[in-house]
Amino acid sequence: MAATSESKKAYWRAALRLTLGLLLIWFLVSYGAGILFREFLDQFSIGGAPLGFWFAQQGAIYAFLVLIVIYCIGMSALEKKYGIEG
Amino acid sequence: MDQQLWTYLFVGLTFGLYIAIALWARAGSTKDFYVAGHDIHPALNGMATAADWMSAASFLSMAGLIAFLGYGGSVYLMGWTGGYVLLALLLAPFLREFGKFTVPDFVGDRYYSKAARVIAVICALMVSFTYIAGQMKGVGVAFSSFLGVPFNWGIFIGGFIVFFYAVLGGMKGITYTQVAQYVVLIFAYTVPAIFISLIVTSNPIPQLGFIGNMAGSEVSMLDKLNTVVTDLGFTEYTSTTKSKIDVFCITAALMFGTAGLPHVIIRFFTVKSAKAARKSAGWALMFIALLYTVAPAVGAFARMNFIDTVNEATYITDGENYEERAAAILADGGKPVPEWYKDWEKTNLLSYEDLNGDGKMQYRGPNAPDGLKNEVVPNRDIFVLANPQIANLPAWVIGLVVAGGLAAALSTAAGLLMVISSAISHDLLKRTFYPNMSEKGELRAARLSAFGAVIAAAFIGAFASSLPFVAQVVAFAFGIAAASLFPIIVLGIFWKRMNKEGAIASMGVGLITTVSYISYFKFMGGTEAGWWFGVSPEGIGFVFMWVALAVGILTALVTPAPPSAIQQLVEDIRIPGQRGAIHE
Repeated sequence: MAATSESKKAYWRAALRLTLGLLLIWFLVSYGAGILFREFLDQFSIGGAPLGFWFAQQGAIYAFLVLIVIYCIGMSALEKKYGIEG
Repeated sequence: MDQQLWTYLFVGLTFGLYIAIALWARAGSTKDFYVAGHDIHPALNGMATAADWMSAASFLSMAGLIAFLGYGGSVYLMGWTGGYVLLALLLAPFLREFGKFTVPDFVGDRYYSKAARVIAVICALMVSFTYIAGQMKGVGVAFSSFLGVPFNWGIFIGGFIVFFYAVLGGMKGITYTQVAQYVVLIFAYTVPAIFISLIVTSNPIPQLGFIGNMAGSEVSMLDKLNTVVTDLGFTEYTSTTKSKIDVFCITAALMFGTAGLPHVIIRFFTVKSAKAARKSAGWALMFIALLYTVAPAVGAFARMNFIDTVNEATYITDGENYEERAAAILADGGKPVPEWYKDWEKTNLLSYEDLNGDGKMQYRGPNAPDGLKNEVVPNRDIFVLANPQIANLPAWVIGLVVAGGLAAALSTAAGLLMVISSAISHDLLKRTFYPNMSEKGELRAARLSAFGAVIAAAFIGAFASSLPFVAQVVAFAFGIAAASLFPIIVLGIFWKRMNKEGAIASMGVGLITTVSYISYFKFMGGTEAGWWFGVSPEGIGFVFMWVALAVGILTALVTPAPPSAIQQLVEDIRIPGQRGAIHE
């Protein structure tokens, strides 16, 4: 199935939604958990590390990696759905 | 076999490997030279990107910086990894779909303007020359400290190696050597990290040791470290004295800067498709995370170990026989200065002055409760370099670490060289001044400008200590990339209405404001009290990025819309596979 201009538009809108959603999480795990709400999160701990500090030095990096993986899977699914041949 | 021989052996072996790869991966066309023929596997490109990205500073200095800054060091960890999310989601796949060779290439075509292309070339060159000088300086330091080769000779040898594979193989040669360099550097980084983690926490995995307990105790490593450093008058390890807004802005400037750095972006032009570019960004971050999640653990362990072994130790002067004196101190129930300290003292990375004349080494922070002055000053690079010896690893591991540090510096230098040479041969010569140049002529020009760039980089590296901007790589390179390149690339993809006038205004404003702010506060006597909104020069790129974005949008709105062919181009790069046929 070749992509029509309608399906291309729908694909792009869906892609934008996915991108914005993931960027929101990107913001929350790094700037949110690691900086803005660090003191609050530091009252909890993961192993022997204060949680906010852990997010800033470890957790955010793992989360970034997961976000890119989700993006790759999500975009491939969208391309299949809208008949885009990447 | 002694340590210097091992170092010679490892450095020699790895350099031989890079040259062999260079001979094997020669470039036959401009497409090979600029983008490695567009057919590098996403995982291999991820590895090459990781080596390209992780510089001498990431390898040697970052863990030490974190050791001293504690939580404050998080800006580098989040900043230098979070940019890959932006690259994967906002830039890499679209720029790959666009299908050209360089970053100014995209700017020039998308904004149908030679002026925009030339401004982008200026930004790319400013970023790359600042950055490459730091790498060449690192190479010089490595040679002079470990191989007994004079500093300038070290730069000359390093420059020669890079020249060999960059000029012969272009992006193709660089890609395969970067893959080899990644393997060398990650091995050299993790082996000592595993052993120091075992010593401090008895857990072989540094990331787990980091959140685990001290070896043979129920106290968590970080709690213990917090107590130890506050007792000596430092800020609590898991906290910082920096303001929240500054931490936020520095992190953001590094992230957006990463995403705007030309030498990182062009790596994604080497894969086959937009889809491969997305995947490749994931692979790159995975390979980078292998080092970046280990670094904070190494930093914390090293700080703990340093305080444990050095603070209150009895100093042994060079005139005394170390072994006899150390045994005597131990017999008295004292703590002799560790052997690794004496060895590394010669490199001037450590210094000690007995201020209170008690013969012991007091390591103290600015607010020491016992009122004593600090007598020991360690350089931040010492922690990664001395780690193998602190962890009692055999002499060959140090040789490996030196080879790893050189791999990190050379791989980054090569990526930057590529940006410099392609900006000159492709964007300035072929696309701006001599459009009739043949393919063969352009390839020759590309090799020549790579050659010229190596020479220039070597000279800048050699005079690095007298050039103030070299030490400010972070502020300049990331600030310029974030404020001048990132906004117009993203607008060029996500906003069809963005036009030539907007792009030129946006780049100009971003470049001028950022360079002025940094220059004023770094070199012209500006003080912290004058910082706008309390944002340091390292973080200001993030603030001016929004200014540049706003100026670009406003200018575009009051000037004519871009031609319909350009709007069609923007629609095409958003959909994978639309432009594939054009550039196969």
